[in-house]
Amino acid sequence: MATFNLNINGESHQLDVDPTTPMLWVLRDHMKLVGTKYGCGIAQCGACTVHVGDNAVRSCQLPVSAVGEQEITTIEGLSEHGDHPVQKAWLETDVYQCGYCQAGQIMTASALLKQNPSPTDAEIENAMQGNICRCGTYTRIKKAVKLAANGES
Amino acid sequence: MTLVKTQIGRRAFIKNTSLAGGGLVLGFSFLNACKPKVAEAVAVEIEMPKEWFEINGYLKIGDNGIVTIMSPNPEIGQNVRTSMPMILADELEIDWKDVLVEQAPLNTNLYSWQVAGGSRSIMNSWQNLRMAGATARQMLKEAAANAWQVPVGEIKAVAGVLSHEASGNSAGYGEMASAASQIEVPEEVELKDRSEFSIIGTSRKNVDGKKIVTGQPLFGIDVQREGMLIASLAHPPAFGMKLKSFDAEEAKQMPGIRDVFSVKLFDDDFKKMAFHHTAFNELVAVVGETTWQVMQAKKAVKVEWEASPDTVVGMSLFGNEMKVNHPSGMENSDTHNAKLKELSARKGKVARRDGNPEAAFANAAKVIERSYSCPFLAHNTMEPMNFFANVTEDHAELLGPTQTPEWMEPAVSERLGLPLEKVDIQMTRQGGGFGRRLYGHFMVEAAVISQQMKAPVKLVYSREDDMSQGMYRPAYYATYRAALDEDNNLVAFHVKAGGVPESPLFANRFPAGAIDHYLAEGYTIDSNITTGAFRAPRSNFIAGAEQSFLDEVAEEMGKDPIDFRLELLKRAEENPVGDPETNDYEAARYAGVLELVREKTNWGQNDAGVHRGVSAYFCHNSYVAQVLDMVMENGKPTVQKVTSAIDCGIVVNPDAATNMAEGGIVDGIGHAMYSALTFKDGAPEQHNFDRYRLIRHKEAPKEIETHFVDNGIDPTGMGEPPFPPIMGALANALYRATGRRHYHQPFISDKPPLVG
Ligand code: FES
Ligand code: FES
Repeated sequence: MATFNLNINGESHQLDVDPTTPMLWVLRDHMKLVGTKYGCGIAQCGACTVHVGDNAVRSCQLPVSAVGEQEITTIEGLSEHGDHPVQKAWLETDVYQCGYCQAGQIMTASALLKQNPSPTDAEIENAMQGNICRCGTYTRIKKAVKLAANGES
Repeated sequence: MTLVKTQIGRRAFIKNTSLAGGGLVLGFSFLNACKPKVAEAVAVEIEMPKEWFEINGYLKIGDNGIVTIMSPNPEIGQNVRTSMPMILADELEIDWKDVLVEQAPLNTNLYSWQVAGGSRSIMNSWQNLRMAGATARQMLKEAAANAWQVPVGEIKAVAGVLSHEASGNSAGYGEMASAASQIEVPEEVELKDRSEFSIIGTSRKNVDGKKIVTGQPLFGIDVQREGMLIASLAHPPAFGMKLKSFDAEEAKQMPGIRDVFSVKLFDDDFKKMAFHHTAFNELVAVVGETTWQVMQAKKAVKVEWEASPDTVVGMSLFGNEMKVNHPSGMENSDTHNAKLKELSARKGKVARRDGNPEAAFANAAKVIERSYSCPFLAHNTMEPMNFFANVTEDHAELLGPTQTPEWMEPAVSERLGLPLEKVDIQMTRQGGGFGRRLYGHFMVEAAVISQQMKAPVKLVYSREDDMSQGMYRPAYYATYRAALDEDNNLVAFHVKAGGVPESPLFANRFPAGAIDHYLAEGYTIDSNITTGAFRAPRSNFIAGAEQSFLDEVAEEMGKDPIDFRLELLKRAEENPVGDPETNDYEAARYAGVLELVREKTNWGQNDAGVHRGVSAYFCHNSYVAQVLDMVMENGKPTVQKVTSAIDCGIVVNPDAATNMAEGGIVDGIGHAMYSALTFKDGAPEQHNFDRYRLIRHKEAPKEIETHFVDNGIDPTGMGEPPFPPIMGALANALYRATGRRHYHQPFISDKPPLVG
């Protein structure tokens, strides 16, 4: 056990936890922020994607001890009222089926758009390749990312 | 206008209690312990009434006119939590924006078929939901008629407002809700005419959309409770093994670990339903404070496994008793494949025989024979199996993702030694189902662990646990033969299909009934690897095989693949072979979707460089035809577009149904192309997404277009039917794009390697 000061969704939190614990479980079990999802635990599915600074990171492979001062943003903190352009585009497109993968998809997409505000189809596919959607909503995801990029939502 | 008797659920409907307590109703109170900041910000969009009045088991109306509709069925991503309430709301005649939806708990008195299976949710509940809505509308009208002292027949109900033209009276539903809740349930109610629908047939957004995009707790794995412990289970590493002993001394000393013990699910004499089955009846449970601690401790438990003997498991499936053989031994995919091939060369069990197929084949001018196969698949729902249980001495609370709460309840009750009425099952939104959550052993496991711990427990499977636990899509093999005469006419057809452990054969489906000489045979190979329903069971392989074979036969005959199918369907329609009742498809509806897809794709006029495959299939009472356009990009076959024509009767929520069709298509392309679960010495060789390949963004079609046949028929299946045929369209397009036919799934490893 060790004490960590974490900066999550703009608030700082002190936590006593085993240093090897992945951020995924810190968020879900300790912080009760369950929007970040478990899908594989080995960085293969993207369900656990959060932002570390501006980057999309798989939180299942990020030990709490490696976070340091960096700012973590989860789906719950992406916007205050659920009105981030990517969230709005998702709502407009009604992307989801089961919905389980979508927090991860949204976090990857919003990190992409921050770095590349008008990505090509190929750039969207490349960025999103690590996020599995078992329900197969890929075409809608791409549509929603483009909608968010064009600022129409 | 149709009159229907309200007898279904009538007893329940008589319960006219008015419920006090404004603001209580936003569902998911069970998830409230875990409420991120955003939750409050987005939850308050509809103003809560001060008082609710329960009109019947399906709905309550607030004094401000807001209506809460209970959605009875498990939501696994098929969108029933939106589309089922839409059906009721339309008959109730309420504005959709005034509707709140709440997940109903399991209640076999109030609801029937609380199951997500067989693509039957809408089909089975269509009438009940309409009746529940229409009954409430009628009771509101009667309340208004009483209040205004006018004949009830003169009252109009439109979008939540009751009015009486002659007297000039009008009132919102909220004003009449209290009086309506006291009205006697009518014997008979009027259902709307289809032309009067204002919600059914219009696209409405997913009612959970906002919660999904803001990451609010919705799923079983999200459940949090004061004092809740986390449990994980160790099961044998291979099928054909069972628990011998374990040593948990070290694991028990690890931080946060509360206990490690073995769990036995069912006694040998327990009368199982098929949905209770599991390969591993005895497991080791590790219980602790957090998921990570429990996952670490599980690795430290030293477990010894031993070979299990030959077993015969008795079980019932919808009242039919059956026996499932699980022979001892550690099985291998190579051996399965060799055995399947060997049996395919022998006589199978004849399921249908028309004319004299043997003679027709003997006299044929040409015989075409092809074999097809597919591997086992894991369902891989994105949310792994999990369940919350809080079992006390006289009560069991169970909460989580299950497709079959109704069928699991007796098993839990018996195993815990609690009467049925002491077992409460509630459903969360579910991160995918695909058939996996029909088999609810994990619910029983959670309950048993909670009972032992005397504490609330959430059981969580790791991805590895989930993928290696069984209930897989079986491995199948099918051999097709077609006999042509000198004039190149198709005179005889033969299908022989087998599998481990079941045959994928549907002997009475197309093209049965369209060919004079027809033979269908099946065979099976026993296995100790457990299998179960996987989205469109059996169809999910046989459709692709059959539709690929028909494509090849059409080519051999020099016919256009759509014309060829339509000719066969014409024969089946006009002059069916055999008793038409035994052919379990309607030839005209089948032809209808083929004609529609032909028209929508301008079939035969595609651009150069676009390679097209067509396929059509009937299952779950619905018909789907698909055209897949493939292009070669940098030497790789790429799916450019898929166009579907679907006949599933009335479409309740067109955009959501389109989403389902898109999902089915991506699912089908993905599994046919990339996925396989193989076995070595009884153990799955893939345990996670590093080795188990699922389709990803780049491999998905660039565009998907979906068309529905508008025929006004009551709704039929939608969740499964778009899935099976796409595999045939894919194989047929691949052939045109690459010049090579693909027979063995996953196509990517059907030698020589095709891509990647
Ligand atoms: S759970 Fe982290 S990538 Fe799958
Ligand atoms: S919506 Fe179900 S996994 Fe993506």
